Amino acid sequence: MSGERERRELLINVIAGLLDGIRHVAVGASSPIPAAGAMLLRARNQRDGKPPVRVSILGSQEHNFFTNGAVEVFDCAAQGRVDAFFLGGGQIDGAGNINLVGTGPYPQTDVRWPGSFGSAYLYHLVPRVILFREEHSPRVFVPRVDFISAAATTPEVKRRGGPHALLTNMALFDFDRERGGFALRSVHPGFASSDIRAQTGFDYIEPAKVPTTPLPDPETLSLLRGRIMDELAETYPAFARSMLQAA
Amino acid sequence: MTEIVSLEALAADVRPSQSLAIPVTGVSMAATAALIEAGIRDIRLICVPISSMQADLLIGAGAVGAIETSAVSLGEAGGAPRFNAAVRAGSFALRDSTCPAILAGLLAAQKGVPFMPIAGIVGSDLLKVRPDWKVIDSPVGEPGKVVVVPAIAPDIALFHAPEADRAGNIRIGRLRELAAMAYAAKQTFVTVERIVDRNLMETEESAAAVLPSLYVDKVAVAPRGAWPLPLPGEYPGDDVEVARYAAMARSEEGFRAYLSGFLSQRKQVA
Repeated sequence: MSGERERRELLINVIAGLLDGIRHVAVGASSPIPAAGAMLLRARNQRDGKPPVRVSILGSQEHNFFTNGAVEVFDCAAQGRVDAFFLGGGQIDGAGNINLVGTGPYPQTDVRWPGSFGSAYLYHLVPRVILFREEHSPRVFVPRVDFISAAATTPEVKRRGGPHALLTNMALFDFDRERGGFALRSVHPGFASSDIRAQTGFDYIEPAKVPTTPLPDPETLSLLRGRIMDELAETYPAFARSMLQAA
Repeated sequence: MTEIVSLEALAADVRPSQSLAIPVTGVSMAATAALIEAGIRDIRLICVPISSMQADLLIGAGAVGAIETSAVSLGEAGGAPRFNAAVRAGSFALRDSTCPAILAGLLAAQKGVPFMPIAGIVGSDLLKVRPDWKVIDSPVGEPGKVVVVPAIAPDIALFHAPEADRAGNIRIGRLRELAAMAYAAKQTFVTVERIVDRNLMETEESAAAVLPSLYVDKVAVAPRGAWPLPLPGEYPGDDVEVARYAAMARSEEGFRAYLSGFLSQRKQVA
């Protein structure tokens, strides 16, 4: 891929595609690329006369219409009013389980990450959870996570939520909830499917011919570089600045 | 009755081994500095539902004996260095949680019931490390498993808000989790930017954004009391300062240097 800005623009464009059809997406506090993807979908829908998209950015004043405090986004998800959300993970395994706690034996983990946040709950309740983790390496994509912050599939309870896709710096995977595993959908320009296999510590299904992830079209790029950067600057000023610097 | 006291007096009424509920926005960094100044030890922190620099400072200062949290992170400035080091060293009792479970525990205390059912969570290893959480068969409605979490009734809820009136009514705006903390806690201590002469309960418009003094035990004035964290409607967060903290707190010595500067800076503001 040509550069840092192009790398991010590709991810933002893929995210907007993954969100297509949703009415309300919530984005966590430190997630500028997912937020940009959500804003891009909103802008495109508005341009094309498609149904409006609500984007809730937790921690933003302008992009946040909650008035009932920290609990409201969780209540909203329980009511079925949040269609999509993003989760990451220090580790993500082939079953779609995520670990936001740390590596090694609990509680005195060798490496400690911040903690599970709302993942254990939202993974059950939000229909389209997009796993987003830029680093694509065997230390992130492991056969089995050391700590399950949130489980992807739980046949013992009814749930509407779970993983929909996994997006990294190298590739896009779909998640099959029946089978409980990933399938490679496309590989980003500059990488081969063998690179993905080498950098992924869990097994997944792969089509005979793996497509290349499409680049954003010129109309999308002009939205991204104009309106979306302005909208992002309110919540993620440092990120918006770094996008301009990378241009 | 709500007492209006000095910042030092407010901090002096937080005792060792008490549980202290702290929010993620509306954070009293002024009271945090005063608590560290006073040499508080063995606090049981309850982060509602996560914390950033406040928990990390208290942990680094050796004030924390136990912590219940869904995460401790400095946000865009990265991981929380003193929290991470203390977890590795086993310096405190750690109760990992998930955001809505902490909010549900507070709600149980608010309603005076022993536990609250909550959706999701099944399949998470949190259930293994939280033996106080139970999975039960739903006693009503459609048969199925449901998680229940015990009530959380903090000894003290501590936060910072834009203003209080003379009666101790606090304008919290839309940060309703501050009210949730106060309903659940045995006592609530609040620092504010200023005390106003008008009655905040006087008009519908104003009263809707208020936590009534019924729930408020102590108020102290602390201008820029959330700094370097943001206070909505008053000032944004000082991201440069938080990044400076993140860099310095990576080492124990760096943390000590930051802390002594922070304490004297807070004193100057007050």
